[in-house]
Amino acid sequence: MTRQQVLDLYFMEARAKLIDLGAFIDRMERAAGEDDFRMKAFRNALAELSKGDPAKAKRVLLSLSDPTTEPIPVATTKAACGAWPETK
Amino acid sequence: MRYIEPHGHMVSRVTDDYIDMVTAGCQAVCEPAFWAGFDRSSADGFFDYFRQLTEHEPKRAAKFGLPHFTWLCINPKESEDVKLAEDVLSIIPKFLDKPNVLGIGEIGLNKNSRNEMKVLEMHVEMAAKYNQLILVHTPHLEDKLKGTRLIIDVLKSDSRIRPERCIIDHVEEHTVELVLNAGFWAGMTLYPESKCTAARAVDMIECFGRQRIWMNSACDWGVSVPLAVPYAALEMRKRGHSAEAIDNLVYGNPVKFLSQSPKFKI
Repeated sequence: MTRQQVLDLYFMEARAKLIDLGAFIDRMERAAGEDDFRMKAFRNALAELSKGDPAKAKRVLLSLSDPTTEPIPVATTKAACGAWPETK
Repeated sequence: MRYIEPHGHMVSRVTDDYIDMVTAGCQAVCEPAFWAGFDRSSADGFFDYFRQLTEHEPKRAAKFGLPHFTWLCINPKESEDVKLAEDVLSIIPKFLDKPNVLGIGEIGLNKNSRNEMKVLEMHVEMAAKYNQLILVHTPHLEDKLKGTRLIIDVLKSDSRIRPERCIIDHVEEHTVELVLNAGFWAGMTLYPESKCTAARAVDMIECFGRQRIWMNSACDWGVSVPLAVPYAALEMRKRGHSAEAIDNLVYGNPVKFLSQSPKFKI
């Protein structure tokens, strides 16, 4: 597809998702209390989109991932939360 | 259009889903064993589940002319209890000769723990011993990258395991190359909220090609769409992919992988 075709097909959908992201951050910042590592990881991932480098989806996923390589001693939960708790 | 649903947890779906899938062109459905949403209390619960997968569910699908195949294992979400896993693994051989059993799956990791690794290795040993195909679940969200690497290491460390007979499922943009470059098949799971949307799946096809890749809905008791594969085919069509290319991906590729089991005949 040409860039014009991609825009024709996906711009409105991406625009809506972009506004949703802004609304989510506004909602977070209006709310009382502290946020946690998830918001830190979210902002780190968001910054990947502003870089000119390719493979933005991959870099967002990498920034949200556990980068360690050794198995954990024991699984204390079944669930994943979407961000690595030790995100800096 | 014709397609294969290579990963659907039909025991959690209603009969209307079978009707919709067949109407949309589904030619066969394959159902890996998975977590029920709660922990089963003993291996007896799995015995009943394996009977459901090998006896009851094929009959339910057959009412709509749909061939039903299955894979057996204890899911990684229940793998922290190694004793339970050993008990479940001991009953699986009783079911391997059933006519709709294609292999061992969906095995893998969930939180990437030491016990999950032990149980994964036990499953790989069983697959090698009984010469079974392997279907692998990769972890969710932040655990996927690490889990995918660990799983590839386990599979690669066993010289009896041939990568072309293993599919590593739920790949995303940060894991698809790891899987394909190691010689395995890759599965893309089309979920509305996690894993991979249809648009992203087609992006990956365009970036990495159609070789050794399939798409599935992994429809289960959670938020999921049984018609996700035909919807992804529509996404390809909107982008101008040819009818032949779509057919190769949603029908030809699953048939090619699954036909490595002599039981897969449609």
